Amino acid sequence: MKELIQKLTTAFGPVGFEDDVRAIIRAELAAFADEVSVNRLGSLIAVKRGAGRDPRQKIMLVAHMDEIGLMVTHIDQRGYARLTPLGTVYPVISAGQRVRFADGRLGVVDVERREDVSKTPSLEQLYIDVGAADKASCPVQVGDVACFNGTVEQIGSRLIAKSLDDRLGCAILIETLRRLKVTPHDVYFVFSVQEETTSAGARTAAYSIEPEVALVVDVTATGDTPKALPMAVELGKGPAIKVQDARMLADPRVRGWLAQRAREAKIPYQLEILRDGTTDAEVIQASRSGVPSGGLLVPARHLHSPSEMIDLSDAEHAVKLLLAVLKKPIVMNEE
Amino acid sequence: MPGLIANLKALSNAIGVSGDEGAVRRIVLAAIRDHVDELRVDTIGNVLAIKRARGRPRLRVMIDAHLDEVGMMIVGANGDGTLQFRAVGGLDPRVLPGKTLVVGPDRLPGLIGLPPVHVSAGDYSVRKITDLAIDIGAASKEEALDAVKIGQLATFDTAYQSLGAAARGKAFDDRAGCATLFEVLRGPRLPVEIAAAFTVQEEVGLRGATVAAHALEPDAAIVIDATPANDLPPVLQADLSPNTRLGHGPAIYVITRRNVSDLRLFKHLIETGERRGIPYQIRQPGGGGTNADGIGPARSGVPTISVSVPARYIHSPAAIIRLSDLRQLVELVRESAARLTPATLARD
Repeated sequence: MKELIQKLTTAFGPVGFEDDVRAIIRAELAAFADEVSVNRLGSLIAVKRGAGRDPRQKIMLVAHMDEIGLMVTHIDQRGYARLTPLGTVYPVISAGQRVRFADGRLGVVDVERREDVSKTPSLEQLYIDVGAADKASCPVQVGDVACFNGTVEQIGSRLIAKSLDDRLGCAILIETLRRLKVTPHDVYFVFSVQEETTSAGARTAAYSIEPEVALVVDVTATGDTPKALPMAVELGKGPAIKVQDARMLADPRVRGWLAQRAREAKIPYQLEILRDGTTDAEVIQASRSGVPSGGLLVPARHLHSPSEMIDLSDAEHAVKLLLAVLKKPIVMNEE
Repeated sequence: MPGLIANLKALSNAIGVSGDEGAVRRIVLAAIRDHVDELRVDTIGNVLAIKRARGRPRLRVMIDAHLDEVGMMIVGANGDGTLQFRAVGGLDPRVLPGKTLVVGPDRLPGLIGLPPVHVSAGDYSVRKITDLAIDIGAASKEEALDAVKIGQLATFDTAYQSLGAAARGKAFDDRAGCATLFEVLRGPRLPVEIAAAFTVQEEVGLRGATVAAHALEPDAAIVIDATPANDLPPVLQADLSPNTRLGHGPAIYVITRRNVSDLRLFKHLIETGERRGIPYQIRQPGGGGTNADGIGPARSGVPTISVSVPARYIHSPAAIIRLSDLRQLVELVRESAARLTPATLARD
């Protein structure tokens, strides 16, 4: 799976500009899906039909293709670009980073002045240097978009890359589809657009699919870094089953179903209570007349940076748990 | 475009603060009735109209402009007979003091007063909206509440003014869009079906457009609005891009507040401008939402693009636009809709 993660995380795909990622995913899963389509906002939907008789239950699995990015708002007289964020971009992390535009062109983000190191810069103080001599020769234009330019590195079982949020989820979904030989359900693998801003991709896909149940596969924060918010999630202790985040309560029946299958298959898992942030599940849950929704999250450190870090064993366990879930009937017991 | 300016004048003079758009709606219904094939007012107050295509429709294209304008809501009265109010939509407290208003359904004259220079003792600080009041000449709380009820709305008392090649008036955001949509509907049939939506409550959360998109189920949407033209010093001197500039044509959005525009439609509008020789500008990314944010996520998703007339000083008693920008906006919207085909929206 590492090779797949490498291919996906190095792709260019800021919010609204997911075409390259979609092309990679489509090529990777085409041989394994019964149907592949692209919805009107650009989300990719691959269907694995179940073995049972109609009507089969529809399970929607979602990972988002987009990543955070920077959009150029202005080129000044000396050829430097000013920017606005796509999604939640941290200025303190952006300063000093290399970024890449859709055509592969590189730029360096820096802050106007660094005289007071104790102060966090604002996004208004940042600019992108693309090496231009002046405005006339600047190769980028207002409206152009860049993402972090990160390489993929491995330290033991840890993997470091940009946009593991949520290309890792995409890789897990692809891997699950490849290994899923037989399922009683119709499984919809949704690779959504625009999660980092509005979740419009997942919202509209849920509307058209009308699933019985939905699971988001994404990354989550951890409580195992210095002075982190208290959170009982650590790298390497297994994927985390969503209990609650800042915008939703996971359906307790979905949470119980995932935990039961994990225990049966002896797959380690953790429980996620995330105080900041949410996932596509928030809008799927409220689609049409309501969709019982939950999530399976891979713990990740240094989120929304060019050096997001995960433990490969957590990703592998996430695939195994999804396979265990998909091969058997849905269990929706009240806890 | 005979009628464009007269319509703009009538529309901007009409009073229609978010949630109470009836007066504007009546103008719209009268203006478009003879030019559309279907016409209805939905439960929330949107005017929805269908103008069928010339021949078999290639696509159904929603074109949206919002009916409502920002204003104030009366929330109480003080012992001295003045009225307490809150903003409906985004209002800058710096532009409010000293302005004359029309208040409530009886259109009573009001004024947001401020102690004169003689007694202000050098304190020229900006007052919060909660520290301002509307004076209707009442002498007591009872007299004030006899004339105006809590929950009634007020807006600026501004008459449309022609400025030659420009125009000044209130509520160009978004009556300029409504006037633009009139022209499209009053023109010839296009190869696409036009699903026109004159929507309510944009300024308070895009509510009208959100339900209109659900009802109309369009294949694509064009949102017409007014956008700030921040094109005066110090912005120009400081080597910052103006948000948009007056007189440089309609402003096409690559992104609204949170949503990246549909890139196929973004390119389509630019290509239309180039091919048809219609001037356009790219709106500087960042800040400012439009109804596109409500329409895009409707049902299974609607590819959506925003295009606006640049307007100085919107969300204040008076804005200024260039009429050339408005005429070019009409042309760009009509030509872009006419040139849309399923191939425009093809992917992969």
